[in-house]
Amino acid sequence: MNFDDYRGVWVFIEQNGGKIEGVSLELLGAGRKLADKLQVPLAGFLLGSGIKPLANQVIAYGADEVYLVDHPVLKDYRTESYMKGVMQLVPKYKPEIILYGATPNGKDLASAVATDLVTGLTADTTMLDVDVDNRLLEASRPAFGGNIMATILCKKHRPQMATVRPKVMKALSPDTGRTGKIIEESITLREEDMRTKVLQIVNDVTKKANLADAHVIVCGGKGMGDVQNFQILYELADTIGATVGGTRDVVEAGWLPHELQIGQTGETVTPKIYFAIALSGAIQHVVGMKNSDLIIAINKDPNAPIFDVATYGIVGDALEIVPKLIQQFKQLRTEKGGEISYARKI
Amino acid sequence: MHIVVCVKQVPDTKIIKINPKTNTLDRRSAPAILNPYDAHAVQEAVSIREKTGGTISVLSMGPPQATAVIKKSIEIGADRGYLITDRAFAGADTLATSYALFKALEKINKEIPVDLIICGKHAIDGDTGQVGPGIARRLDIPPVTNVIEVTEVNLEEKTVLIKRKLSSGYELIQAEMPCLLTVEKEINQIEYSPMPNMIKAARYEPVIWAVSDLENVDRVQLGLKGSPTIVGKMFTPPRPEGGKKIEGSPDEQVNQLMDILLEQKDVLTLQSSKQ
Repeated sequence: MNFDDYRGVWVFIEQNGGKIEGVSLELLGAGRKLADKLQVPLAGFLLGSGIKPLANQVIAYGADEVYLVDHPVLKDYRTESYMKGVMQLVPKYKPEIILYGATPNGKDLASAVATDLVTGLTADTTMLDVDVDNRLLEASRPAFGGNIMATILCKKHRPQMATVRPKVMKALSPDTGRTGKIIEESITLREEDMRTKVLQIVNDVTKKANLADAHVIVCGGKGMGDVQNFQILYELADTIGATVGGTRDVVEAGWLPHELQIGQTGETVTPKIYFAIALSGAIQHVVGMKNSDLIIAINKDPNAPIFDVATYGIVGDALEIVPKLIQQFKQLRTEKGGEISYARKI
Repeated sequence: MHIVVCVKQVPDTKIIKINPKTNTLDRRSAPAILNPYDAHAVQEAVSIREKTGGTISVLSMGPPQATAVIKKSIEIGADRGYLITDRAFAGADTLATSYALFKALEKINKEIPVDLIICGKHAIDGDTGQVGPGIARRLDIPPVTNVIEVTEVNLEEKTVLIKRKLSSGYELIQAEMPCLLTVEKEINQIEYSPMPNMIKAARYEPVIWAVSDLENVDRVQLGLKGSPTIVGKMFTPPRPEGGKKIEGSPDEQVNQLMDILLEQKDVLTLQSSKQ
């Protein structure tokens, strides 16, 4: 394998029903930085049916090139059809780095493609950099349950691949004046060769939307003591119009369902106000909330790492502070004689 | 119907500690358990077998003491177990792991043809979720990841109907067997093990294979040698300076916090009904 044949940074542009996933645009932003450092083009590659109109959006968000594989069989994501598309593109154009969003489909595709390309894949990355001297991708992620970061390298195989957590990287502001090259790749696929069929796609945003759409999140940790004490966080959330989330510990203890877990193996959130209550701030949790605008931490332990990422910290007992806070809001409501609450994202 | 469930022994990450001096995992600090997602995979196989009949085999790769997770799987209801254990497997990343398991699955498939493979969504020590799809690619069978329900198994048509979790909702997929599923925890509840299973598990000795027991193995693809990814460095991210501490008595702290919260006017709605 001659590494010099491999040039360029590629981003998998995930689209569902003709709409590009947010994480793909974020990765164009992150990929742009890597490509500039390496002085190579940044490309987005896009698979689907009737997807040509999306190419300009990919360029506006920072790509120099867009590779398109358009075919009716690619209408809905399926591992077998999509990976055939990728396996047609990658060995031909030989990018040195490929990034995928760490969504169900992005992770599924990257895992299958890595096996066929016989190359390394780093999962759920939260930091990306590149060493310009040896052109190595430095993909870092929380490891060992999340109290430490590990930088994973792929020295002897190309391309170097990583899946990247949504909402961790920043998308560029779209520039519709940008120009780029669109390369259409034809592919032969037959529906009768497919061993899986997507019969129905059901959008059920009820639970997940709660965390994603909340302007204010009240997140509790194991320091709440028990599931009864945890209930006061619901009272706070109800009072101010917030949504409740929890740490991995809390979910594993069965106090909350997994959909409400915030962190590396749960949701990544970016609300306006984030209450981190009685939680220590393990790295695996922090990667899921550190981009929130205003972070308020309440913890008994003055040395808890959550205070490092908090905008404001209160060293104190949540069981004392939170009821007082609820009381203040309720009193204010009575004084004003009306509603006082935080709006939800529209 | 022959179902193979791939299981892994993992340290209980709820309890495990990191040695602050060496930044490495202190494995002695945590008990080794059956990866929780894999327990749900075994349970799902048991539920399927109740409807279709057949046999459940479990397969694990790990050190000799990983027989414990095979015994645990027998407790949940698996019929038989295989452990592949060999120094040559050590240090495997996801690519080398899927290769080793693939070689074992080929051999199991010769003994009893495999219809369905079930894995947990990911292991809690690595959190990658990459081994399942990797095995499927090597066997050239379709993978379906993030499964939240096995709706129907049709033995005549040799198909399964599956609900797969998506970023926003789920999809209904029909897959031809043999295929490979990776399951979410919400797919089922682990049931209490009946007494006969406990007794069977206590006495059970799994089939143990070394590399030399597997056929046509390319040793270069095993373990550390066969792993394209390496850990470059471990680090704790630079601690940000941290924000402002709100000092004072609890009442003073709450008063100051109220001032801060009420400043967030772009998201705060103050609706007076008095007007």
